[in-house]
Amino acid sequence: MASPESAVNGPTMTAGAASKSLRNAFGGVIAFIILVLIGVLAFSIRLFSVIKYESVIHEFDPYFNYRVTQFLSKNGIYDFWNWFDDRTWYPLGRVIGGTVYPGLTLTAGTIWKVVNSLNIPLSVETVCVFTAPIFSAFASWAAYLLTKEVKGPGAGLTAAALLAMVPSYISRSVAGSYDNEAVAIFALVFTFYLYIKTLNTGSLFYATLNALAYFYMVCSWGGYTFIINLIPMHVLLCIVTGRYSSRLYIAYAPLVVLGTLLASLVPVVGFNAVLTSEHFASFLVFIIIHVVALAYYIKGILSPKMFKVAVTLVVSAGLAVCCAVIAILIAVVASSPTKGWSGRSLTLLDPTYASKYIPIIASVSEHQPPTWPSYFMDINVLAFLVPAGIIACFMPLTDSSSFVILYIVTSVYFSGVMVRLMLVLAPAACILSGIALSEAFNVLTRSIKNRKKEKENVEKKPTPSKTEKRLLVLPLEASVIAVLLLVLLGAFYVVFSVQVHCVWAAAEAYSAPSIVLTSHSNDGGLHVFDDFREAYSWLSHNTDVDDKVASWWDYGYQTTAMANRTVLVDNNTWNNTHIATVGTAMSSPEKQAWEIFHSLDVKYVLVVFGGVVGYPSDDINKFLWMVRIGGGVFPHIKEPDYLRDGQYRIDAQATPTMLNCLMYKLSYFRSDFIPIHKTDGKGFDRVRRTEIGKKHFKLTHFEEVFTTHHWMVRIYKLKPQRNRIRGKTKKSKSSRSVSSKRDVRGKRNPWH
Amino acid sequence: FPPVSFLSLHHLCLLLPSLPTDATAVRVLLSGDFKVSQAETRPGNDASDQLGAAAMEASLRAHRPAALLIFAFLSLLSVSSSAAQEIQILNAERRIDLSSQVAIVFLTLKVENTGKAAASDVLLAFPPTEAEHLAEVKAQAASGKKRKKTYAHLIVEPTDVPDAPNGAKGFRLALHNPLSPGETTTIEVLYMLTHSMEPFPAEISQSDPQLVYYRDSAYILSPYRIKQQTTFIKTPSTNVQSFSRVEPTNRAGMELKYGPYEDLPAYSYSPVLVHFENNNPFAVVEELVREVEISHWGNLQITEHYTLAHGGAKLKGVFSRVDYQSRPSASGVSSFKNLLARLPPRVHSVYYRDEIGNISSSRLRTDSRKSELEIEPRYPLFGGWKSTFIIGYGLPLEDFLFESTDGKRYLNFTFGCPLSGTVVDKLTLKVVLPEGSKDPSAVIPFPVEEHMETKYSYLDVVGRPVLVLEKKNVVPEHNIPFQVYYTFNPIFMLAEPLMLVSTVFFLFASCVAYLHIDISIRKG
Repeated sequence: MASPESAVNGPTMTAGAASKSLRNAFGGVIAFIILVLIGVLAFSIRLFSVIKYESVIHEFDPYFNYRVTQFLSKNGIYDFWNWFDDRTWYPLGRVIGGTVYPGLTLTAGTIWKVVNSLNIPLSVETVCVFTAPIFSAFASWAAYLLTKEVKGPGAGLTAAALLAMVPSYISRSVAGSYDNEAVAIFALVFTFYLYIKTLNTGSLFYATLNALAYFYMVCSWGGYTFIINLIPMHVLLCIVTGRYSSRLYIAYAPLVVLGTLLASLVPVVGFNAVLTSEHFASFLVFIIIHVVALAYYIKGILSPKMFKVAVTLVVSAGLAVCCAVIAILIAVVASSPTKGWSGRSLTLLDPTYASKYIPIIASVSEHQPPTWPSYFMDINVLAFLVPAGIIACFMPLTDSSSFVILYIVTSVYFSGVMVRLMLVLAPAACILSGIALSEAFNVLTRSIKNRKKEKENVEKKPTPSKTEKRLLVLPLEASVIAVLLLVLLGAFYVVFSVQVHCVWAAAEAYSAPSIVLTSHSNDGGLHVFDDFREAYSWLSHNTDVDDKVASWWDYGYQTTAMANRTVLVDNNTWNNTHIATVGTAMSSPEKQAWEIFHSLDVKYVLVVFGGVVGYPSDDINKFLWMVRIGGGVFPHIKEPDYLRDGQYRIDAQATPTMLNCLMYKLSYFRSDFIPIHKTDGKGFDRVRRTEIGKKHFKLTHFEEVFTTHHWMVRIYKLKPQRNRIRGKTKKSKSSRSVSSKRDVRGKRNPWH
Repeated sequence: FPPVSFLSLHHLCLLLPSLPTDATAVRVLLSGDFKVSQAETRPGNDASDQLGAAAMEASLRAHRPAALLIFAFLSLLSVSSSAAQEIQILNAERRIDLSSQVAIVFLTLKVENTGKAAASDVLLAFPPTEAEHLAEVKAQAASGKKRKKTYAHLIVEPTDVPDAPNGAKGFRLALHNPLSPGETTTIEVLYMLTHSMEPFPAEISQSDPQLVYYRDSAYILSPYRIKQQTTFIKTPSTNVQSFSRVEPTNRAGMELKYGPYEDLPAYSYSPVLVHFENNNPFAVVEELVREVEISHWGNLQITEHYTLAHGGAKLKGVFSRVDYQSRPSASGVSSFKNLLARLPPRVHSVYYRDEIGNISSSRLRTDSRKSELEIEPRYPLFGGWKSTFIIGYGLPLEDFLFESTDGKRYLNFTFGCPLSGTVVDKLTLKVVLPEGSKDPSAVIPFPVEEHMETKYSYLDVVGRPVLVLEKKNVVPEHNIPFQVYYTFNPIFMLAEPLMLVSTVFFLFASCVAYLHIDISIRKG
């Protein structure tokens, strides 16, 4: 909004000495008001989803968080830590208290409790829906603080305003998007701010706060490993470039000690805080900084000659010890199958890792590498301002600006690997763009002012930064034109492009809760597809409370949260074998599938089918992954059996294996009888745009119990077991082997 | 005829030797049973008919000893009590309307006082099974001749009839003018029975129509001798699978006629069973919690939590969306997918949602006299299916809150469920009065359970008094106004704004204080 203009406020307050304090106070008040406005902007731009749709939790993971929050608010914190959830991963269950990042839940739970103790009767759902917008306002303020530490309040305000409306961040923090990232981005930026603040001041107070902020980040999101790797990298960079100082030591050493101790208090992290390789860098740098500190200390007390002797002595001895220690470490690390790294971290280091070894990680769309347009879509014009910001950070290069540079470089890399981590890039891009804009403004306005002063030839005391001034002074005409251009372009761009783009993105692209779909008919009417909730509501009211529902894992969280029914697998993909079992059942013929499901006590099977209304992300389109994941564990499922000429098809050319598998049958059962199809061939699939290959078939082991209004969700019931016919015994060996062959791989995913 | 039951009757008679065996009762019983067995042997049209008849027979067999017992007691008690015999009913006509899920019964009684003293009240009797389903009993006395008939509403209250046989429940109608000896009067009674139709078969498939049983007596249960009586039963369609015969019995189109029966003693009873098609939506609100919150700032906020169920025959197995969408007339005829809520006029900010979010399938039509909210549950409701939802709306306070002459304020609002055509098993109405209200009292034209609660809402300190009214078995006839009186001191309206103002003031004051106090340990 008005923030680029206001960026002038801070640095230009150098004129009159008498009016300085007044203007300072005035500038402070203006900055405060602007910050409040930025907070309001950040909050309100995220409310499109509530206005356009409704106040509802979005998508998949937020439903789980919502359910956990409900449990927390109902049963209290102690039951929450000990919560063993038997509604999911049947028959294994899940220890929620020990496997969930509790930051978001505890935050929302605390807000709810405080609000209710003040007799403001907000429901848990309302609090959950609005947590993300509130925390994005906090994140903007944190960005202001961070950038202010790096380049002054002008840049801070610009960065805060940009972060308030960067589409990438909006996408993860619209009202209703109740996910870990909602609070984690605030925690991330705030931790970085406190680190920089400690680095600039050398205050142990801020260092302690920093450790606490880091603790909050660990509580909130698996992305805390980014902090615990980035800060050591920066420390190392400072040491290597000869910028070691006691401030650096104070900024780093307490963080590692306190931070690690606090992090290990979080059940989901626990001993991982010292055991896994993600944390290794911090300890290594911790050792290095002590060695360096010792070296500086010794250098201080010894004469240069003695010091040289000492160095040779220590280096030769130290190298030997180091080699031994590193050898042991490598041996320990190499003995673990994943080299001590979790699957998702390995995916970050080696982008091809997941597609080679872990199809589950690869199957999630937000774990795919982003495309170039998505960069423009998500961070817009910031992509062009970032290089300018990097250059601005080099003039002059300080400890804090070098940190920002390191931050942007690493986050660009990570966002290139996983589209989800675009979110980490967004604050960095905003900070650097804020710096770029504010610096450009600074340079131009200062040169205008100085030129004017030279012309007027007013007597002036020499400014302290003479060299800088000489460097930055540009010709008056050029400066004026540039300032005007900048203002005009900025205003134009901000108003017409950033605003329009961000608002458009906020309103259209990212606000859809994905459980409700809408379409506009030709006459302008709005048509609502509320099939998911229709199905979940039906399940919750018309089935027994302990019935087990099998579906692909995407719908696990929603089923437990909205229908309150037990599911086999859910979006917390911690057990690959279990998911593979469901994948195998879905890709098996009816009888085998029935046996697998029956052995798991499943009563209902839920499939999502978009062929009638043309909803593309249905189970047939996800079927590729079911076969692949199922086949990865149970070799009798072979992907080529489902492919004709290397393609998944469901039309007449499809393979018999495909046409007989459970997923095909449950999706298309009786869909060829729908009278609403006006196309010539009956049984036309609107998503695949083809006529289905097998029609008029009957189900032998399943029966349809519910189909939603637009056919998007279909629920089938397993038929009861037939009476045993004399002389015949059923072979259910295959299902037995399925449940017994189970390996525990991939314990917990810190990036989740 | 099973000899066991016959024996049991004799046993009973033997046990009570002082009483003469009531020959009439035995005759009634015999003839009733005889007719029923005739109906059983009637050749059935299809399998379900036979099934129905078989089940009917079974149920009758089960009821038979009980019925016998009733009659034995009846005869005993009718003789022993002479007070009730002072009134007799000259002519009784009963019309039972079964076309919805509620059995609506109109009873016209011509009452004569045969005693010596004036009779000030008339008793009605209901069998215990009917009494527990009885939703509403209204009575009025007609006076004057045909053209100039005037009706006077009579007060109906449940009473213990001391001589009522076997748990029969009584209702007392208080006459305005006591009936002097020899005088006659005409009384019209309207009563409604919920859950009185039992679906049979209890489970049907999607394409089947819904068939139900209705059980009643061919004779009107009455503590008085009835000279002449007729009963008409109206079924919703011409499809009547079977019905018991108690001669004379006639069926014409949608109407069944039992009677006229002449000169039956008090507490005569002859069970009949009608098996017929009823595809009307059996929309049953199992529980409804209505919360009416009064805000003196001008709004009346109503929140209604519904637990809706389809009380008809359960859906067996498959629900096929293809059949439901392509053949709406032949598939799921007894299911329903939308309901109409009649709301007061000038309704605003209406919402319709459930625990997982907004339900988008609703339409609101408003005009100056009424508002109609048409709602569709998330899915069509078949037999046995359930659904829950919440309807909320605001109303302008001036339409509902008034000041009475004694300075009290009173809320005038409608009791009952705004959904038309539904039966509410349990209705809880909570009237949330503003904080600081005192002495709430409710004026309701029928008996309800009352108690008080406290609710804490925005910025409450002492909480708001909540008057909770509970009633079971509510039918649309209960949608009549009721009043809640309370006293309220207007000064309490300022409490919350003052609290806010003072909080902000103290916040600023503490900020100012903080900025002016040096709390550092260093010496300045």
